Amino acid sequence: MLLSGSGKGQPGAVPGWVGYALLPVLNLVAAFVLSGLVILVIGENPVDVLSLLLSEALGYPEAIGYTLYYTTDYIFTGLAVAIAFHCGLFNIGGEGQAYLGGLGAGLVALALTGWPWPVVALLAVLASALFGAAWAFIPAWLQAKRGSHIVITTIMFNFIAASIMTWLLVDVLIRPGSQSPETREFDPGVWLPSMDRALGWFGIAIPASPLNLSFLWALACCALFHIFLRRTRWGYELRTVGRNERAAVYAGISPARNIIIAMLISGALAGFVGVNEILGVQHRVILNFTGGVGFVGIAVALMGRNHPVGIILAALLFGVLAQGGGQLSFEYPTINRELVMVIQGLVILFAGAMENLFKPQVEALFRRRGGTAAAETGRG
Amino acid sequence: MEDALLLALQLLGATIRVATPLVLAAFAGMYCERAGVVDIGLEGKMLAGAFFSAAVASTTLNPWLGLLAGIAAGMALAMVHGFACITHNGNQVVSGMAINILVAGLAPTLAYAWFQQGGQTPLLPNQARLPAVELPGVEALSGVPFLGPVYRELFNGNNVLIWVTLVLVIATQWVLYRTRFGLRLRAVGENPAAVDTAGLSVARLRYQALLVTGVLTGMAGSYLSTGHGAGFVRDMTAGKGYLALAALIFGKWRPGPTLFACLLFAFTDAVQVRLQGVVLPGIGVIPVQFIQMLPYVLTVLLLAGFVGKAIAPKASGIPYVKER
Repeated sequence: MLLSGSGKGQPGAVPGWVGYALLPVLNLVAAFVLSGLVILVIGENPVDVLSLLLSEALGYPEAIGYTLYYTTDYIFTGLAVAIAFHCGLFNIGGEGQAYLGGLGAGLVALALTGWPWPVVALLAVLASALFGAAWAFIPAWLQAKRGSHIVITTIMFNFIAASIMTWLLVDVLIRPGSQSPETREFDPGVWLPSMDRALGWFGIAIPASPLNLSFLWALACCALFHIFLRRTRWGYELRTVGRNERAAVYAGISPARNIIIAMLISGALAGFVGVNEILGVQHRVILNFTGGVGFVGIAVALMGRNHPVGIILAALLFGVLAQGGGQLSFEYPTINRELVMVIQGLVILFAGAMENLFKPQVEALFRRRGGTAAAETGRG
Repeated sequence: MEDALLLALQLLGATIRVATPLVLAAFAGMYCERAGVVDIGLEGKMLAGAFFSAAVASTTLNPWLGLLAGIAAGMALAMVHGFACITHNGNQVVSGMAINILVAGLAPTLAYAWFQQGGQTPLLPNQARLPAVELPGVEALSGVPFLGPVYRELFNGNNVLIWVTLVLVIATQWVLYRTRFGLRLRAVGENPAAVDTAGLSVARLRYQALLVTGVLTGMAGSYLSTGHGAGFVRDMTAGKGYLALAALIFGKWRPGPTLFACLLFAFTDAVQVRLQGVVLPGIGVIPVQFIQMLPYVLTVLLLAGFVGKAIAPKASGIPYVKER
């Protein structure tokens, strides 16, 4: 219901790459032009700021490591939103599911001090999936069985997750004698190895960055996502429900079952953010480590057209924004981290909500060109 | 006895003060959802209203100009929302989320650039804040038992926007059910095709509804930063927009029950402040966080149908595409 019909044009009139590449690029350009205006308003030179943003995100190896570390989070949440989308569901609860996923990974790491890291990593991945999925299960069940609107319930579950995590970190899991609400640091033996360490085992030296092995897991999830959706019966049923629930019922496919399956997978994928953040980088459970990744995932899925390759590219874009934008404040005293949210918001607005903004003009342009070409061949 | 009455009155007074922005935002949502446009961007519009009110009030030292600026900001964002989801049939939830994220970044960014105070506006002096309304006869009535304290604690010294909100609540009830505009608004949210057939413009009606939404969210923001508070601080809406949305559903998209839901949420908040650190007999201290999440849990329970089924306006969230 929430997926707006794409309103496909006449077949053959407009080449396919227009919809997949040209329109998103145009939308992106519009978003960046408006961001430039905001930068002008606060009194800086937009070209300088945006080029610094790019070079701070991609200009040198260490920066690329940071960018890919952010990209990892966005791939997970992008996939999470996308799988729900394929079933016709809007999962706004990625934030809460990722938060709980981090709790799962953290509890495993806290409990298994002294174990070899591969075992801990495996169990932490399982635990984060389990916690994330469990947090998505309740809204899913409510949607499937009681018809509660999943958008509202998942928003509410984000708030409930935040409250529960604050309570856990302040009253229960807090490191004894500590003032700040966080758990004790995990034993270094159970940390998920960073990419520079892992590559070091093979004699490849790269600069240190928070990029860790969960990046590979994110890429693997993209592949698994594709296989599941396109090559398995479950994926087929899930997409059928998303396309046409009534047709699915006639085909003997249970919408309720698929809604729950889609949300469980969605929650598990969002939960993996916890592996990257908690096991890979923070090495302790801290407050608000998610910082909006669940919401960015919505934009990533939309821009990536819910396809794994598109999601990787869109996640990379948002990774660049997060890393480059974060660095801007060091160079420009008038700019702080929030500028990134402005650009993100504009990108989501143009690429997500106004995705068809330039469609009529572009299609008209192509038709006119196609028309003149046809007329010329007709004449000749 | 006197103390208990005073405590109850103070709780109720706090409830009214906390409820006001919720009521404004929830009623803002009521106008657009009744017209068939879902607005998750209430939060962002409120935040924008709060920032621009405080920014203008702080520069001009005139709270009324601030209020106007807040309303203008709310309306501008409502028009962006309308442009995305009425004119371009965009996804309403995505548009709302985009507005929330945009404003959450924009407000502190502008505040930082304009005031250089770490993403907030300077503390507003009293003359730049929306005034409280002092009622006559407080002294004269103070000797009267019950009536005197009630008059003093509940009615006197309320911010002017609280009274405006009260008027708006009554007006909304009247507009929605007793005017032609209200009838059309409700119709366009239930069956836009029928309204279209009757020769009325669906888009026009929805834009009108969104304008009202913009005005009310702007006022809600203004109340937060220049009425209740004294300046804009980062994230000062703190989820109130979402809570208002929940109250709207809780209230089944009707003025009376929605008002009640807002008061209920506000009451849990007022109680929560009082309950912090208090030892309850037999239970002990309830962690603050559990009391804070009460409204959200209540909402989920309601949505689960345990309190009665909430039926949204039928066309809510669906872009209207004219048949060609």
